[in-house]
Amino acid sequence: MGSGHSAHLHVDGASLLHRLPPQVKLVGLLSFVLAVVSVPAGSLVALGCLVALAAALLLSTGVAPRHLAARLVVALPVVVFALALPFVASGPDSAFGPLTVSSTGVTAAWTVLAKGLTGVLSAVAFAVTTPPTDLVAALQRLRAPALVVVVLSFMVRYLSVVTEELARMRVARESRGFRGRGLRAWPVLAAASGALFVRSYERGERVHLAMLSRGFSGRLPETSPLTARPGEWATALVPATLALTASVAARL
Amino acid sequence: MSLPVLDVRGLAYAYPGGHQALFGVDLHVHAGERVALLGPNGAGKTTFALHLNGILTPGRGSVTVSGLPVTGDSLLEVRRRVGIVFQDPDDQLFMTTVHDDVAFGPANLGVRGAELDARVAEALRAVGVEDLAGRAPHHLSFGQRRRVAIATVLAMRPEILVLDEPSSNLDPTSRRELADILRSLDVTVLMVTHDLPYAVELCERSVVLSEGTIVADGPTRAVLADAELMARHRLELPVGFSI
Repeated sequence: MGSGHSAHLHVDGASLLHRLPPQVKLVGLLSFVLAVVSVPAGSLVALGCLVALAAALLLSTGVAPRHLAARLVVALPVVVFALALPFVASGPDSAFGPLTVSSTGVTAAWTVLAKGLTGVLSAVAFAVTTPPTDLVAALQRLRAPALVVVVLSFMVRYLSVVTEELARMRVARESRGFRGRGLRAWPVLAAASGALFVRSYERGERVHLAMLSRGFSGRLPETSPLTARPGEWATALVPATLALTASVAARL
Repeated sequence: MSLPVLDVRGLAYAYPGGHQALFGVDLHVHAGERVALLGPNGAGKTTFALHLNGILTPGRGSVTVSGLPVTGDSLLEVRRRVGIVFQDPDDQLFMTTVHDDVAFGPANLGVRGAELDARVAEALRAVGVEDLAGRAPHHLSFGQRRRVAIATVLAMRPEILVLDEPSSNLDPTSRRELADILRSLDVTVLMVTHDLPYAVELCERSVVLSEGTIVADGPTRAVLADAELMARHRLELPVGFSI
């Protein structure tokens, strides 16, 4: 079973990224993305190198390219937007084969594409190497607000319970001849969503009782605090350092 | 006689909507006993159980756990002493891994580090699921979830274990395994159920709660053998089962 319900994102493995503690990886990811965003527009070579770096990070996870490709589809809107930019932006025009494109638009397109892709590639690298439960633990370790941690932790835990409930309700509807097509199906679907909401709400109340029964006082206890060695922090911050160097160099 | 682990006197409770669920319940449970609390659906069994650790506050009457009255000031200690295992393990197991879930209760009591890990290991061992510590609760079978739910409470080292319908939804094998585990635990048990064969199997004493009052209290076999009492309170042994 292993990754089970979270199989759509996380994949077990033993790469360097898999082994880094999650809180270290999260800080590494965020600082890398911020550093990439700070690279000035038009630094074509620098941005190209950073895309390559992010792609290398993703490939270093050792996860099957097919699995990765499906996850990268999320970048499609950015790509489409970037491809359209040269044709819709204003500014000095230049010929591109039979077409006329805005050269400002081309620079902007490359910048958007490179920064967007770097973000998506590195975020996917994080997601495929970090189980959702570790993300929750990392946020807790990084002192994220208690409420955010609790809400996220419960989402991870109960998403599958609610999805299974939804699936059972669908089977029950269809077993009695219901077909979810057309306008006439809407009242039924609305009633089903209402029922699901009420059930989830009631479950929430029961879970709260169970928590109180075991002494809950508003904050999830950190039962096995995450630790990290200085070397791991240094490793995780390498991409951000490179991006920051590129950013500073491009401004000189 | 020794100080009862559970001493409930004249407990009455009405829900905020006005529905009166309990009308003066008296119950004493002594250390080492395994008592079945029997009753038909809607008898007030779960409402009663929620008073034992102060989740619900009595409208009238009192609950005392090993001499400690259940009041606002003593709630944390009361919740350590009274471990309630709820009917649906999905309500009971809310953390993302089995280890964290079992650690939740003792951690709320301030236990940390090696002592906490020892408690978790001890509780998981007691229900025979040491190897599940790293798993996510929603990846377990129903029987495993029920056992882990019991471990979450055992880790708090309770004086009394209150089980709400422990045998519900279990296949015959899991049901027998759970009975073996419950028999092996060195703890006082109050088992809320309408599974009468399970009560015969596990509990020497039974209490019948019906329409918010205790209507019978005695040796399980004697209580269940009273056909007229059983019929009056909608309790029935399965077909083919005789005492």
